[in-house]
Amino acid sequence: MISADLNIILPEVILAIYAMVALVGAVYTGKDALAGPLTWLTAGVFVLLAAWIGLGGEGNQTAFGGMFNDDGFARFAKVTILLSAAAVLVMGKDYMARRDMLRFEYASLVSLAVVGMMMMVSAGNLMSLYMGLELQSLALYVVASLRRDSVKSTEAGMKYFVLGALSSGLLLYGSSLVYGFAGTTDFAGIIIAAGEGHTTLGLLFGLTFIACGLAFKVSAVPFHMWTPDVYEGAPTPITAFFATAPKVAAMALFARVVHDAFGGVVKDWQQIIALLSLLSMFLGAVAAIGQRDIKRLMAYSSIAHMGYALMGLAAGTAFGVQAMLIYMAIYVTMNIGTFAFILSMEKDGHPVTDIAALNMYSKRAPGKALAMLILLFSLAGVPPLVGFFGKFYVLRAAYDAGLAWLAIAGVIASVIGAFYYLRIVFFMYFGDEDAEGLDQGRNPVLMGFLMASAAVMLIGVVNLFGIETLAEAAALTLVN
Amino acid sequence: MIGLEHYLTVAATLFVIGIFGLFLNRKNVIILLMSIELMLLAVNINLVAFSSYLGDLVGQVFTLFVLTVAAAEAAIGLAILVSFFRNRGTIAVEDVNVMKG
Repeated sequence: MISADLNIILPEVILAIYAMVALVGAVYTGKDALAGPLTWLTAGVFVLLAAWIGLGGEGNQTAFGGMFNDDGFARFAKVTILLSAAAVLVMGKDYMARRDMLRFEYASLVSLAVVGMMMMVSAGNLMSLYMGLELQSLALYVVASLRRDSVKSTEAGMKYFVLGALSSGLLLYGSSLVYGFAGTTDFAGIIIAAGEGHTTLGLLFGLTFIACGLAFKVSAVPFHMWTPDVYEGAPTPITAFFATAPKVAAMALFARVVHDAFGGVVKDWQQIIALLSLLSMFLGAVAAIGQRDIKRLMAYSSIAHMGYALMGLAAGTAFGVQAMLIYMAIYVTMNIGTFAFILSMEKDGHPVTDIAALNMYSKRAPGKALAMLILLFSLAGVPPLVGFFGKFYVLRAAYDAGLAWLAIAGVIASVIGAFYYLRIVFFMYFGDEDAEGLDQGRNPVLMGFLMASAAVMLIGVVNLFGIETLAEAAALTLVN
Repeated sequence: MIGLEHYLTVAATLFVIGIFGLFLNRKNVIILLMSIELMLLAVNINLVAFSSYLGDLVGQVFTLFVLTVAAAEAAIGLAILVSFFRNRGTIAVEDVNVMKG
């Protein structure tokens, strides 16, 4: 019995043990001298686990009396999380090594955060949800303030910690109410207690608190205020990590809670998510216009993108979940490429994040500027790039579910949002001629990721690499 | 007779005091940590009260998990606070403002 359960969560167990062994092993041997190889090793472990989960898993299994679900939805999210975390680790290694901040704890903390994310997307119970979420969050608070000697990094860690703890508190208060009014913490039990149509007031309160807590984690407006500061303050490789894997995990967890535990009362949570989505799209689009720092700009961009992903979720249908999964996979790919570019932005060996530094970048590095142009167009959702298809899916899902007003608002917000992406393109191609430019960074790893991501945005137009059918199969295991 | 609703009222009051402590406090970051702790403990009262009312042990198990996580959270919060103090030389809330947000 227990061995069958352990067999199902074997990937998580292996990764957790790996993280702890790596931590203790590095402490007793080379410490930071091992940090470089350890980062590569961790990325390798992530890729292997992703291959194992993606190719090996089949069917829907539950372990530990429904605490842990291993279904197609969880596997899709886990593969996305593992691959993006591996890409970010590899991308950031050189940047961190040159600034003397590549510590062995980094790889271990990222591994533990990934274990937490894998628990989150598989959660089948409010308890396993909370434990997974906290494992992820606690590791991320530390990673945000990894640069101990920098005021900005520690301040980012502090802000993230205080607001993250507040959101955990809200989520937990909601969980306690749901437990009290449903009489169980199991999602399978909650969905029966919640009934069909409209649920009781007590459960509705609990659901609202849980939604607020999760909205913090996906940085949806009005719970977004930590995002720009944390993105700006944290070292860039860590910002790249924050913008990818944790967002996928939190969004998948959101889908898991609303469909697995409250799938019968779609009308009750649909309005909450639709409102979060609407506010996020518009605030993300409008507030980014005044930003000069590219990391802050990417923070607002991610807020807007979370708004679109939430639109898919607001539809409350299997197609909506499919659209959300496709959107998140595309979003992560675009962000990896964009952050590869941001990591390569430096002047005299120092990182630069001011977008004015990109003036006439196309003259000095036409290849990189072109790749960035494709990524920015894709982020803005300009057809026929892949980013457009992500938006198209969520808009269609919202429209099919009778949320035409939300879909129209989404189109308007994406037009507003295109302005700040295009402004960067303007700087790169038509900017000030005699401004001082950036160094000719030729880091092959970053170039590789940037070019690969841009190529995906172009080639993926053909069939989205078959991700559509995978996401559909994944969504059908969650919503039935 | 003290019933379930009394416990829930106390828990809700403590929770709201915790939230207000987070937002209205302008003095010291340690008070923020205390407010966070207050929120989590309010949740624990809720869970134990429901557990006793329902005659179901799950709520008390949940409480133990929450207590454990709260301890880890406080440890990490204090560690971040110490490294912030080393860099900035102050832990007043109004001085946590290097980045505007």
